[in-house]
Amino acid sequence: MAVQGSAADLSVPVLDLEEDDDLEVFSKNTSVADGSPLPTSPSSMTNQYHLDREDPEESLEQNPEERERDLFITVDNPESQVTAIETFIMYRVLTRTTRGDFDSSEVEVRRRYQEFSWLRSKLEESHPTLIIPPLPEKFVVKGMVERFSEDFIETRKKALHRFLQKLSVHPVLSHSPHLKAFLTAQDLTPHKKQGPGLLSRMGDTMRSMAQSMRGVRGRAEEFSSLQDYTDRFNSTICSVDRVTQRVIREQKEYLDELRQYSPTYSQWAELEEGLSETLKGVARSLDLIGQETEGQVQELSEVLVPVLHEYVLCADTLKMVLRRRDNIQADFEVKNEALATRKVEQETLQEEVDSLADRLEQANVALRADWRHWRSSLRSDIQTSLLSTAERNVQYYEKCLAIWESFLLSQKVDPAQHQNQEPSS
Amino acid sequence: MADDGRDESLATDEEDSEPSCEEGASLSTAMVDDGSTLIRRLEICVAEAEKRTGKNAVNMGENYTVYLIETRPMDAVNDGRNPAPDSLWRRYSEFELLRNYLLVTYPCVIVPPLPEKRAEFVWHKLSADNMDPDFVERRRVGLENFLLRVASHPVLSNDKILHHFLTEEHGWKEAVYDTGFQAKADSRLRALSATFRVRNPDKRFVEMKHYSDELQSHTSQLLRARARVADRLYGVYKVHGNYGRVFSEWSAIEREMGDGLQSAGHHMDAFAASIDDILEEEEHYADQLKEYLSYAEALRAVCRKHELTQFELEVCTQDLVTKRQQREELATGMVRTFSLKGVTNKLFGAEAPEQREARLKLLEELICEGQDGVKDKTLECQEQVERGLVDMQRFKEQKDKDLKEALISYALMQVSMCKKGIQVWSNAKECFLKM
Repeated sequence: MAVQGSAADLSVPVLDLEEDDDLEVFSKNTSVADGSPLPTSPSSMTNQYHLDREDPEESLEQNPEERERDLFITVDNPESQVTAIETFIMYRVLTRTTRGDFDSSEVEVRRRYQEFSWLRSKLEESHPTLIIPPLPEKFVVKGMVERFSEDFIETRKKALHRFLQKLSVHPVLSHSPHLKAFLTAQDLTPHKKQGPGLLSRMGDTMRSMAQSMRGVRGRAEEFSSLQDYTDRFNSTICSVDRVTQRVIREQKEYLDELRQYSPTYSQWAELEEGLSETLKGVARSLDLIGQETEGQVQELSEVLVPVLHEYVLCADTLKMVLRRRDNIQADFEVKNEALATRKVEQETLQEEVDSLADRLEQANVALRADWRHWRSSLRSDIQTSLLSTAERNVQYYEKCLAIWESFLLSQKVDPAQHQNQEPSS
Repeated sequence: MADDGRDESLATDEEDSEPSCEEGASLSTAMVDDGSTLIRRLEICVAEAEKRTGKNAVNMGENYTVYLIETRPMDAVNDGRNPAPDSLWRRYSEFELLRNYLLVTYPCVIVPPLPEKRAEFVWHKLSADNMDPDFVERRRVGLENFLLRVASHPVLSNDKILHHFLTEEHGWKEAVYDTGFQAKADSRLRALSATFRVRNPDKRFVEMKHYSDELQSHTSQLLRARARVADRLYGVYKVHGNYGRVFSEWSAIEREMGDGLQSAGHHMDAFAASIDDILEEEEHYADQLKEYLSYAEALRAVCRKHELTQFELEVCTQDLVTKRQQREELATGMVRTFSLKGVTNKLFGAEAPEQREARLKLLEELICEGQDGVKDKTLECQEQVERGLVDMQRFKEQKDKDLKEALISYALMQVSMCKKGIQVWSNAKECFLKM
């Protein structure tokens, strides 16, 4: 996500707004180029075909939210912890559950970001071809954001909350022992020491990268089209995120100018007699409009942005998951080839090949199922947030309309009477 | 000036109905009284604008725009005869010439302003090009407004040069120059920029001058701020157009969400496109404010004219006082004030009686002239004050009415914009529901 600074020079009557190279902002021709949908590549058509086939099965998988939920997790109450070495934030993680395998129905622990990160890594290790929900970024690249600023902590807290939410309704991940440990253990340190550590994870990544260069033979169409979708989804969701950031920025700049604009009316009102009340009325209306605009911008930032952001991060996860699956397949293919060519050690090789084949099959099954789950979440989340945005915008314009109509009534003008068709009136 | 009340309301009604002559006519027929202003006898409109090419003073090719002035006798219109209008073409510079003539010839009148010479308070995407069709259209409207205001002014509307301007294309320039107004124009300009102190200015004029300065300052601040807001609002709307493009891309890869996204995208495009008309309409509001920004200047000029006349009167009066004092000294031999004569008398002896007599006689003549001069100047000053006050009152009422209407029309524009916003986002919401 590129960072853009505003470069408007307010001292000059003609404003010189910086143009985002990626976005065509100021072209008057804003119609969709030729009205036709983007040219579809054969693979994307297959993509849709496969998604078609997934449909009947998808309907069997109810929206996870609608199933009986038995695990409720919240993240709140960030508190700063100071030690000799460092300062960090601890979040309260509260779990309520009816599950038998939990010792009590309500557990509260305090966790720091590092520990969330640990959880995610463990989940990735255990389920390499599942789409693990993303964590908020470790560092914020965007300019001068204080690590401990209220906004930053609040945003992070909400994202951590969503992370655990998603896990809590995941058919497989919600039952992970790592998750349980995270939610219940007062001290995570003993758990952290188990299992393959950081180094092996790094090794894993290196190998994956090396192998991905090799390419995979005989990869099913199914996964190729997922790859294709992932690529296009990635660029699209990034665009949507960028556009949204741009909208917010433009709204904020509009708000700034609006705040300078309304005083010009009230100042003039002081000079006038007969005109004074009308001028004051306009000033008051503009002030109220400003307040509404402020509220609307805030809402946009709080509802749409976090969701888009989450799915931008998801796009990376999707890529990784597909790559890991490819690697598992590559592992199998290598051994399988060896089996075919080497005549010695047939038995051991055969065993290996069989186990790799199983592993591959499991990975594929898991991926397919989780893909459906993920797409269902995607649709639900996107629809909800876009709906909320649209609804909020409708409310915004309705409130602004009321403000101006109230002004007109105060001037003894019937707003409904005037059909404002003439340009000069 | 009994017509004032009706005249100014006529002027503003005309202003509202600028785009077509027919509407101007119908409002004029609503006027019952038979007044003396031109507007009652003649229906005036600036119907069209056309581009021309020609050679300018230094024989270089130039592009300019001419405006078609159409006039019809009001009684014919009222009778429903609907005759074909008389018409002639004039360029902006000719309007300027007419106005300069009026300024010089009627110094006590707040002469209606012309639409701006160059586009000012321009926001980013608004063209500052004088040949831009939107600018030309707004100028056409402004020129018509100017003519209607002048033709409905109780004093200005009777001017012969004005009549000539409206009815005869050729020979008008010569006629204007023949009035010799140019000479007065130069002295007027000098007077306007001169600095002098008036001892007893009329308080009302002082207040009005102060008001005109404040009015200029406030309206220009408002216009500047409005242009900035317009610019930002343009940005907000246009950025939403990017949603159109991006949703379209997205819909190509999503099966279930595709349709919803695609149609929502179309609504985003429509939203982005809607700002162009919204802001074009707002320019007319800005034009109304700009008119009063220019009016403030005209008002100031009238106040300055009063100051000048008052100053001249004070100078005359003071001169008379001095001369009388001199006469008294000469007559009584008493030197009240220091004078060179007094000193030289003491040094070299007083002058001979014949010389004294001659001087006294001269002084008497000068005092007589001076008295006449003061009487004339006082009268002139009084007349100016009367006329000025009347026109200032007329202006004040017109301004309150016009600007109130402008502010209300601004609010109506905002209402319309909000309704469009509600529409678009409700549509988008429907699309998202279907996703």
